[in-house]
Amino acid sequence: MIKIDTAYIAKRIKLAIDKISCEVEPACRQALRDACEREENPTAKFALGVMNDNIDLAIAEHRPVCQDTGMTVVFLEIGKEVILVGKLLQDAIDEAIEEAYVTLRKSVLDPVTRINTKTNTPAVVHTSYAEGENIKVEIMLKGFGSENMSKVYLLNPAQGLEEAKRLIVETAAVAGSNPCPPVILGVGLGGTLEKAALMSKHALFRKVGSSNPDMQLDMLEKQLLSEINALGIGAQGFGGKTSALGVFIEKYPTHISSLPVAVNVLCHCARSDEFIIEGRKEGEICKL
Amino acid sequence: MQAVKRLTLPLTKEAMRDLSVGDMVRLDGDMLVFRDAGHKRLYQSILDGKQAFEYKGETIYFMGPCPAREGEVLGSAGPTTSCRMDKYTPFMLDNGLSAQIGKGKRDGACIEAFKRNGCVYFAAIGGAGAIYSKCIQKAEVLYFEDLGTEAVRRITVKDFPAVVAVDSKGNSIY
Repeated sequence: MIKIDTAYIAKRIKLAIDKISCEVEPACRQALRDACEREENPTAKFALGVMNDNIDLAIAEHRPVCQDTGMTVVFLEIGKEVILVGKLLQDAIDEAIEEAYVTLRKSVLDPVTRINTKTNTPAVVHTSYAEGENIKVEIMLKGFGSENMSKVYLLNPAQGLEEAKRLIVETAAVAGSNPCPPVILGVGLGGTLEKAALMSKHALFRKVGSSNPDMQLDMLEKQLLSEINALGIGAQGFGGKTSALGVFIEKYPTHISSLPVAVNVLCHCARSDEFIIEGRKEGEICKL
Repeated sequence: MQAVKRLTLPLTKEAMRDLSVGDMVRLDGDMLVFRDAGHKRLYQSILDGKQAFEYKGETIYFMGPCPAREGEVLGSAGPTTSCRMDKYTPFMLDNGLSAQIGKGKRDGACIEAFKRNGCVYFAAIGGAGAIYSKCIQKAEVLYFEDLGTEAVRRITVKDFPAVVAVDSKGNSIY
């Protein structure tokens, strides 16, 4: 077995937040440059120019790309040979977030009293288990201009995939200018209400430009992307060619009575990262 | 390529009449900055008959900044989604508010109010927090300090990039 202290995971998470708050995921950044190059609508081109200059400035001077430094979402895939020691995982991660957010915006508050926690905690942490001795960490600083535009639908089987497709495109259309387009859409198809939502969030970790290994889903993603770009929302909703940079779908078996569809909207400032904590290098070998 | 217009705040009614939807601008001058919680509290204070502060003739920027880092006046400072302030907007425009800056579309009642009062709504570039931070030359908290990032601030900006999103004729870019 491998012992890993949750304080170590928290330390890696803090470093990741310091980095990703001040940059945009590289594939997304390149896609924005390409979109600016291609754009013919003068207002959208102006907006894309400012957006790209902003990312360059944020990276060069290590300043937050966007003032909405988000709510922190962490997915951890924990190898089954790993034993976590130290503080509870949530507590360790929240301590890291409190430290990391001293220079970032504290946007997290109590939903009833609306009183700010002043630390940007708690994080939203999802864990799952896998074979092996490592921990895979995926982390995202999720802004809520885009989160607010996200949707969950529970369709009946008669409505089927056609209605799901229509609603995914409609979600982008209704969101329009609000989520700081060009957007990225994460889609969860199937499962239960919360499984669909979880998949839609996790799908946002896919790299812009990447293909879905499932051929049928890959075709569906490309079809939806082209339909969304045909809406003409464009950068910041000013019109033009690029309304979305990617549509990424995850699926899971569902019940005979339903077709859950979740659409999670991400802004053009994709602030995410993934890394592996290697048990044998970064943990401590131990006997049960 | 259309030229970028340079404007000084606050804008006169004449200056606003000359602006058309889609115009790209650079703004210089003073703005009040506040967002959801600030609007809610101000509006409640008006309903209670004890208006917390005056906004006549002001330009309001919907924004909640990051903390300032060393060498900064204010941290990252891009716009937030304006439609959440739609509820308060017609009332404020009818009572002397000059202009608003945010991001995203506005509802029909807001657009009517911009037209009725000969005012404009600018869209700043969402997500461009670092660029906007650089535009800020002065910043101070005026009211509601307990709201943290949502407190009411006055800022002085230079070269602030924006686009006319609703003009005084009631045209919307969205």
